[in-house]
Amino acid sequence: MARPTGATGKWLMGTALASILMAALSGCGASPGSSRTTLILYNGQHPQTTDSLVTAFEHQTGIQVEVRSNDEDVLADQIKEEGTASPADLIYTENSPALEYLQSTKLLARVPQSTLSRVPAKYNSPASDWVGVSARVSVLVYNTTLLKPSQLPTSVLALADPKWRGLLAIAPGETDFQPIITSIARTYGKTTALKWLEGVGANAQQNRYPDNETITARVNSGQAAIGIINQYYWYRLRAEIGSSQMRSAISYLAPRNPGYVVDVSGAAVLKSSRHQAAADRFLAFLVSRQGQEILAHSDSFEYPLGSGVVTARALRPFASLQPAPLTIADLGDGAEAVALLHQSQLL
Amino acid sequence: MPGVVRARRRIPRAVLIASCLVAVLLLLPLAFLLLEARQVGWTELSALLFRRVTATLLWNMVQLAVVVTALAAVIGTGAAWCVERSDLPGRRLLAMLLVLPLAIPDFVVAFGWVSVLPAVSGYGGAVLVMTAGLYPLVYLPVAASLRGADPSQEETARTLGLGPWRAFWHVTLRQTRPTILAGCLLVSLALLAEYGAFEILGYQTFTTEIFTEFQAAINAPAACALSLVVVLIGLVVLAGEGALRDRGRVARAAHNSSRAAPRHRLGRWRWPAVGALGSLIAVALGMPIGVIVYWMVRGGSSTLPQSASVANAAGHTVLYSAAAAAVATALAMPVALLAVRSPIRAVRLLERSTYIVQGLPGLVIALALVFFALHYLPFVYQTSGLLIGAYAILFFPLAYVAVRASVMQAPVALEEVARSLGRRPLAVRLRVTLPLIAPGLAAAFCLVFLSAVTELTATLILVPTGVQTLATQFWAFTGNVSYGAAAPYAAAMVAISVVPGILLGRWFDRRPTRSAELS
Repeated sequence: MARPTGATGKWLMGTALASILMAALSGCGASPGSSRTTLILYNGQHPQTTDSLVTAFEHQTGIQVEVRSNDEDVLADQIKEEGTASPADLIYTENSPALEYLQSTKLLARVPQSTLSRVPAKYNSPASDWVGVSARVSVLVYNTTLLKPSQLPTSVLALADPKWRGLLAIAPGETDFQPIITSIARTYGKTTALKWLEGVGANAQQNRYPDNETITARVNSGQAAIGIINQYYWYRLRAEIGSSQMRSAISYLAPRNPGYVVDVSGAAVLKSSRHQAAADRFLAFLVSRQGQEILAHSDSFEYPLGSGVVTARALRPFASLQPAPLTIADLGDGAEAVALLHQSQLL
Repeated sequence: MPGVVRARRRIPRAVLIASCLVAVLLLLPLAFLLLEARQVGWTELSALLFRRVTATLLWNMVQLAVVVTALAAVIGTGAAWCVERSDLPGRRLLAMLLVLPLAIPDFVVAFGWVSVLPAVSGYGGAVLVMTAGLYPLVYLPVAASLRGADPSQEETARTLGLGPWRAFWHVTLRQTRPTILAGCLLVSLALLAEYGAFEILGYQTFTTEIFTEFQAAINAPAACALSLVVVLIGLVVLAGEGALRDRGRVARAAHNSSRAAPRHRLGRWRWPAVGALGSLIAVALGMPIGVIVYWMVRGGSSTLPQSASVANAAGHTVLYSAAAAAVATALAMPVALLAVRSPIRAVRLLERSTYIVQGLPGLVIALALVFFALHYLPFVYQTSGLLIGAYAILFFPLAYVAVRASVMQAPVALEEVARSLGRRPLAVRLRVTLPLIAPGLAAAFCLVFLSAVTELTATLILVPTGVQTLATQFWAFTGNVSYGAAAPYAAAMVAISVVPGILLGRWFDRRPTRSAELS
């Protein structure tokens, strides 16, 4: 029989009450009581990219920005669920499809022309609802001890060749994978795209990873020999672990090959935001010379898109890239690529 | 039979109403799933559901659940028997260490193995990591039950000529069967909901597929519809456990035994047993802690800036988890009182409905709360209050199991004595019942706290904007392959969880007969 432990019981109830009270209080504290504007940014971009931009913007304007980071598609789902009651003022994503999806649900506000005009029109929302901020390009990553440059394919279609069985790594759930599928479907038709997916799925049976970061790390460690990623993951891994630890390299596909895709990261203001003017200033800052210079020098290794700024990093120059002629409208909200992924049983 | 008397007692109305409210709260996520699923046409849903990959994922889930649950049952029961019923050397230390793997988040364990030995992955890796992480859910209650069980039955069996093995098999195991099953239920439900560890290990189940669906496609209704399948599997598991438990009813352990069971001599099995338990602890505890230390020593530099210091993130984690633990424990009390004191069919149904959330992905529960909060309580949205509520809902079943166990042990007679002495019902609950079940409440608090400390997917959606917890920072760094920078956050999670882990071990470790022994 348990001893009567009245003291424990009281202590416990006391703790319970105190914690509930504390929680309630801190909850109240979260809503800003000051007159200073605070913007809420839903961030699907890599935190290091966003952090440096937000800090500079706060410094320049005195407007606070609070950041909520999550996967971009989960954020889009969340905004859809929140509807016009969304606390978010802004959304910043890694890829255009999440923005195109929100655009199609009529939740995004029109971006001022002065902001849009900072960026070449082909990288902006076709409906002027979001602005392109930065871009990166898809490349092959390969393990330099397992493969020689001469063995590398020049077309993305070759990755479905059975000779890559057990050597290829893919991340079917990674949003960066979808533009490549869309691009192949646009160029060769859905049947070929489906066949290709089934081929790469079989080749990557042993090496299916959740994201491009993992593909890059596993190719580097030799668990897989080759993968297709966006170039910046390789540079980031190198910055993270140091050049001496790199056992991999990147390689570009043949010019205009459908696997050679430029992905655009963009930002938008929500129609429901009660701080439209401040939020517009944030968008303008992102594509201003100052904002773009931050991107050009940062460890994000992305290509700045606006105000004529070019990357300060030792990347292949953006102007010399020869990607497939895929438009933002072609990419859409990614539903076509997802349907193909479902059909091929990769998702 | 005290149970017979209990069944006839009138249900206090307040307890009944409170229990119904709790059940409604816990069924909110299910209601949300049904609402969302209605938006998906049958054609779309069937196209998504009836595919080859679905069968593969379900098979992955089932084979893992069966194997890990069985392994956890064997390891948990075996370890509990060694510690409680044998003359194993160093059993006091082992008793504490055997509980602690519960304090290490499964995704930290998975990260530990994969970041050092990437070959540990897939099915084998998942079996290893999940068994090592979940066996304490069987070990804890079984150890407590072995401690409290009446040894005279086993002794009688032995005097009637049964060998030690057969006595163990036919008597001891039967006495503890309901407890083993309850532990197995928690293990299998936890496996249904697991996501983080499987993603790191590259093992796909139906639940990881739901998360992938959320992350790769912007189609919440479809992903929610898929979650209904997990609910169905959860119901099957619950029904299975219920059926097995009913069959074992007669063997319910007597908790008011007056003396401790004698310890069995291990003889030449002594050192092999120590070796086996030592290796178990090395795998389940030594390996993940070793890897965290390794990455901390290797260096924490990262191109990813810290959004929150370890101390700041730890502060929020502790605050949210402690509050959630208190709320979940408070919610579990009326349901446990009702279920134990009035075990009628309707009450059992209500009781079991509260288990459903345990199998649901945290992401789904979070989206359900986004929906209900914005529709009915917009001012709580993205406040810490709602996050705490989400944790309390997510981990309610854990609190419930512990509270129920202690309510079952609290004799109703003491309350009746107090009442017959003229105390008012409320006073009786506060002065008599509460102290009697306080240790159980403490255990419930610890279990929920441990789980909430590591919660990630619901946190990312519901945490107040700008706030970081240890889990969200750990996620940000590991997502960036910045293992060195992630390690201190993992270390903080483990450090915070060790204290409740030890407390939990001590609660299950306490002897129900202590007062009798002392007197």
